[in-house]
Amino acid sequence: MAIIDLQNVTYKYPLTDSPALQNINLHVNEGEFVAVIGPNGAGKSTLCYTIAGFVPHFFKGEITGTVEVAGNESSKSSLHEWVLNVGLAFQNPFNQISGAKYTVFEEIAFGLENIGVPRYEMKSRIADTMKLTGISDLAGRSPYSLSGGQQQRVALTSILVMQPKVLVLDEPTSQMDPIGTREVFGVIRTLAEKGMTVVMVEHKVEWIANFADRVIALHEGKILLEGKPDEVLTSDLLTDKGFGISRYTSVARKAKELGLWKQDKLPVTLDEAVEGFTLPPNPSPEGRGG
Amino acid sequence: MNIEISNLHFTYPTGVTALRGIALMIESGEQVAIVGQNGAGKTTLVKHLNGLLQPTSGYVRIGEWDTQEHSVAKLARRVGYVFQNPDEQLFSKNVGTEVAFGPKNLGYSSEQVQASVKDALGMTELSDKTETNPYDLSPTWRKMVALASVIAMDTDIVIFDEPTTGQDAANIARIANVIKVLRERGKTVITITHDIDFCAENFERLIAMSHGQVLLDGKANDILGQAEILATTYVEPPQLTRLGKRLGFKETVRNEQEFLAEL
Repeated sequence: MAIIDLQNVTYKYPLTDSPALQNINLHVNEGEFVAVIGPNGAGKSTLCYTIAGFVPHFFKGEITGTVEVAGNESSKSSLHEWVLNVGLAFQNPFNQISGAKYTVFEEIAFGLENIGVPRYEMKSRIADTMKLTGISDLAGRSPYSLSGGQQQRVALTSILVMQPKVLVLDEPTSQMDPIGTREVFGVIRTLAEKGMTVVMVEHKVEWIANFADRVIALHEGKILLEGKPDEVLTSDLLTDKGFGISRYTSVARKAKELGLWKQDKLPVTLDEAVEGFTLPPNPSPEGRGG
Repeated sequence: MNIEISNLHFTYPTGVTALRGIALMIESGEQVAIVGQNGAGKTTLVKHLNGLLQPTSGYVRIGEWDTQEHSVAKLARRVGYVFQNPDEQLFSKNVGTEVAFGPKNLGYSSEQVQASVKDALGMTELSDKTETNPYDLSPTWRKMVALASVIAMDTDIVIFDEPTTGQDAANIARIANVIKVLRERGKTVITITHDIDFCAENFERLIAMSHGQVLLDGKANDILGQAEILATTYVEPPQLTRLGKRLGFKETVRNEQEFLAEL
């Protein structure tokens, strides 16, 4: 069943001439992990804001079409009703930290206080979520004393603790080291398997290929491509339109021109590249490693 | 102008010790990338280069200047610093004014200011956006404004803190080009980055930090080949380096050209 349903959504920010999103149709099933890719100005953050209700409740502007999440229609709901179902982690964690709290623990409690969760439940939920995202040791620190990667974990934790049905993440690992990135992708994958729906904007295509169920390629406010990660991420269209692609895809494409890549399909991940360069010519190499 | 860092220790007022005995020599015109896990001390280290932070013990010299003996304003003549988050450094009403602010403050003549601004805007492909308010630009273009405003100061040393974070492929190529032009001009460039592929493709020297210390320091290919040591500071070698290793290449490769040559 579709938990996110966007039909013919076109949206223009106030005082702008051209729409940031044009005629978007997007259906995401419960428990699906969808990655969104696209160059600068493609509309990725705007799509996040739209699913999370910030468009049109906070950003105003003109919206046409319908946005439904968990059976509610965005234009007929208030933002405070909406946030009970949908959590959004901003691209820049600095913009998300409330500024009203002295410690990481209090920061994470902020959302729960606002929806009136009882104190005893709040404490255990916060402790559990901090453990999940690996920040238990930061509980007493000031959110402002943390590194960018640590702030991103706090921002993610403060959304997860709300237990939203739909999790919208705008480049949640952009300031993280590779181990941090792996852990966060792992946590999100696990949550998706438990039924949380995830929409994640991400540039790190190798990670998307390993973790996401589906990829949406946005370009100039429209959906350019949509499908399984390995199909979308190896499409020639992406390089032509200024998308970032995996180094494995790029080098295999060049090797192919030189007759040194003998498979039909191009790789996205390390394991696919290793397999493709070592196996004898085979039109459709199977299997995808971890 | 060389950078000399000797036995540098730093503890924040909160009691968190971020640097534990850093010794480094960076020569004039070098291009250096600093990598390492979140919290390794990378940003704390580079904030010592322009005096934003002062050593708890040890010293930092920029040329013959000890950073403890010169103000941040004076050090700004020698060291430009592009923040990780452009919103921490932008404040003007339009891009042209923003980029002119630095060179004006350094007391350049109006001709010099004009020439510096023109040069910096050209290098960052912002020439058509001089009249735009930085906050009307997308975050990726704001990043270029932040770069331009530092480049316009024409300092011998330029520091970039996570320049590729959240940038798309086209902007990463633009940033790589800015670094290339600075190299050709003989500038020293120091970059902090988690983007190890970008690092491998654009820097000759790599410094890996861990827990406030220098773990590895040397030529990029030598450092990137040491996957096990890098793993201790949460750094994975670049994609093509890893692929080369899995395919049994004898040499450590770090870009497409080197990879295809070994294939």
